[in-house]
Amino acid sequence: MFSLKINGRSQQVDADAATPLLYVLRDDLGLNGAKFGCGLGQCGACTVLLDDKPVLSCLTPITVVAGRQITTLEGLGSADNPGPVQAAFIAEQAAQCGYCIPGMMLRAEGLLRRNPAPSEQEIRAHMNANLCRCGTHMRILAAVRRAAHAMRSATADPARSQDARQ
Amino acid sequence: MRLRRALLGLLGVVLLGLAAFFYVGRQPAMPAIQPPLPASFAAAEVARGAELVRLGNCNVCHTKQEGMPYAGGRPLQTPFGTIYSTNITPDLDTGIGSWSQAAFLRAMREGVRRDGAHLYPAFPYDHFTKVSMGDLQALYSFLMTRQPVAAQAPRNTLPFPWSERALIAAWKLLYFRAGELKSDPTLSAELNRGAYLVEGLGHCGACHTPRNSLGAEQNHRYLGGGESEGWQAPALNAASTSPVPWTTDQLFSYLRNGFVAPHGVAAGPMQPVANNLGAVAEPDVKAIAAYIGAIVGPPTAHRQGATRLPGTDGSARSAAPVPDASSSPTSADGAAIYAGACALCHETTGQHFSAHGIRLTSSKVITMPDARNLAHVILEGITPPDASPAALMPGYAEVFTDAQITALMAYLRRAFSDQPTWSSLEETLRKARQTARER
Repeated sequence: MFSLKINGRSQQVDADAATPLLYVLRDDLGLNGAKFGCGLGQCGACTVLLDDKPVLSCLTPITVVAGRQITTLEGLGSADNPGPVQAAFIAEQAAQCGYCIPGMMLRAEGLLRRNPAPSEQEIRAHMNANLCRCGTHMRILAAVRRAAHAMRSATADPARSQDARQ
Repeated sequence: MRLRRALLGLLGVVLLGLAAFFYVGRQPAMPAIQPPLPASFAAAEVARGAELVRLGNCNVCHTKQEGMPYAGGRPLQTPFGTIYSTNITPDLDTGIGSWSQAAFLRAMREGVRRDGAHLYPAFPYDHFTKVSMGDLQALYSFLMTRQPVAAQAPRNTLPFPWSERALIAAWKLLYFRAGELKSDPTLSAELNRGAYLVEGLGHCGACHTPRNSLGAEQNHRYLGGGESEGWQAPALNAASTSPVPWTTDQLFSYLRNGFVAPHGVAAGPMQPVANNLGAVAEPDVKAIAAYIGAIVGPPTAHRQGATRLPGTDGSARSAAPVPDASSSPTSADGAAIYAGACALCHETTGQHFSAHGIRLTSSKVITMPDARNLAHVILEGITPPDASPAALMPGYAEVFTDAQITALMAYLRRAFSDQPTWSSLEETLRKARQTARER
């Protein structure tokens, strides 16, 4: 039995210690935001946050995440109340097939939690780990810039920050 | 009165000694020149120089991350402090634009700056002194025809007394012997070429030969294993701990392509070296491989034994370890971490993925005397050289806690090598995390 802290909630999971976190999220907990892309740590579709840092959930056995903070797409917001990164991806229409986008959002969220004002160079270097086969990279980059801007103005203005979360 | 005279005499001797020391502690300056016009260099010489800078890996140290090529500024951590590589583009003020060919030749062969100050041997002139005059001239032609970049190298952060360049004169007296490499008539032309490249421009020993407490290569342990940027540079002689003995053909493929089965990829500080050797004339890489192959020698009985696949000789090692059912599922269960994070790529499943890692029974880093390189690979992963479409190994610095990484390293050592347990894994990991951050 492993106790996982996912999006602020504690969840009990009965699985083998070596089971990839991705399988537990999707198959046991019904959290389908993280996607199975290559299963070999090459594409980034399965990216989630572990203690605020982007990790590849397909190559992360649950034994190493027990008791640590996990954030998935579902923790960033919902369709009705998208979080700032999700809102920015919608505003920029940064998707074609959309399969890579949950991973892209979590990768971007990880960057913005650590560095609220990344340079273009830093955004590109950071996002480099995630692949998009449709080629929407320019829109994805625009979405990350927009999210960074939105999150900075939200922190600068507490009233708007309240708005953004509602 | 007598005492006073004696003291004065002693003072005089000390002053004379200091004067003499600072006199040899500096060489005469060479006159500054106006940067020569690029058109004044023969195109064929420039092209030959382009080949030679790759063989010498000049670009590796003299380019900082995301910096302009050859504009320097890259920090090199040494046991004495941090030394920054210099700008070797022909910029007049911050580069070598004012250096005559004679000044350049003196720097390469004697380790002296144009202004006469001694250069730190982090710049491996103990190797470059062995390079032929013709090759050094071609290098000069290449460098002086680069785009000048204005970039001042940061000041070295070396504490006293290492900050005193005059001391390098003493170091040179002790350890430095100038002079070109003489070819050995008893060796083939290829082996002579290999020796020339390995000992000269290639300066392989700068990383692969252990250094003494004053930073000089220990010649009696030539290529016996040294270090580079917090990584272990493995022994290339009979002391090699590679679980699969290297052949000359494997050495060639490894150096040429940055990968060879079953040894794996060139990682860490070796990656840019293999990247450079992928772009030079093939016979030169063959010559380097032949020379290193001759030094590493035929496999010893012990290493020959090690090529047998584990599991087939009744050893305790298992090719496909499964989590130990008797151990409780703790957060630092090395076997479970291996099974969940590593096995998918590092074990043959019958499926053909583009991203397979090597079998860990032939991994070089698991049989090394200490766990430094394994720690670096686990933390940083392996990223293919710029823009090359190859599989990468993701880094696990943010995924695993320190306790999890040490448990994994101990497990890998136990399961995939017949070497004794590593000690002080925590300390090894702490240092690896630190050097990974500094880069």
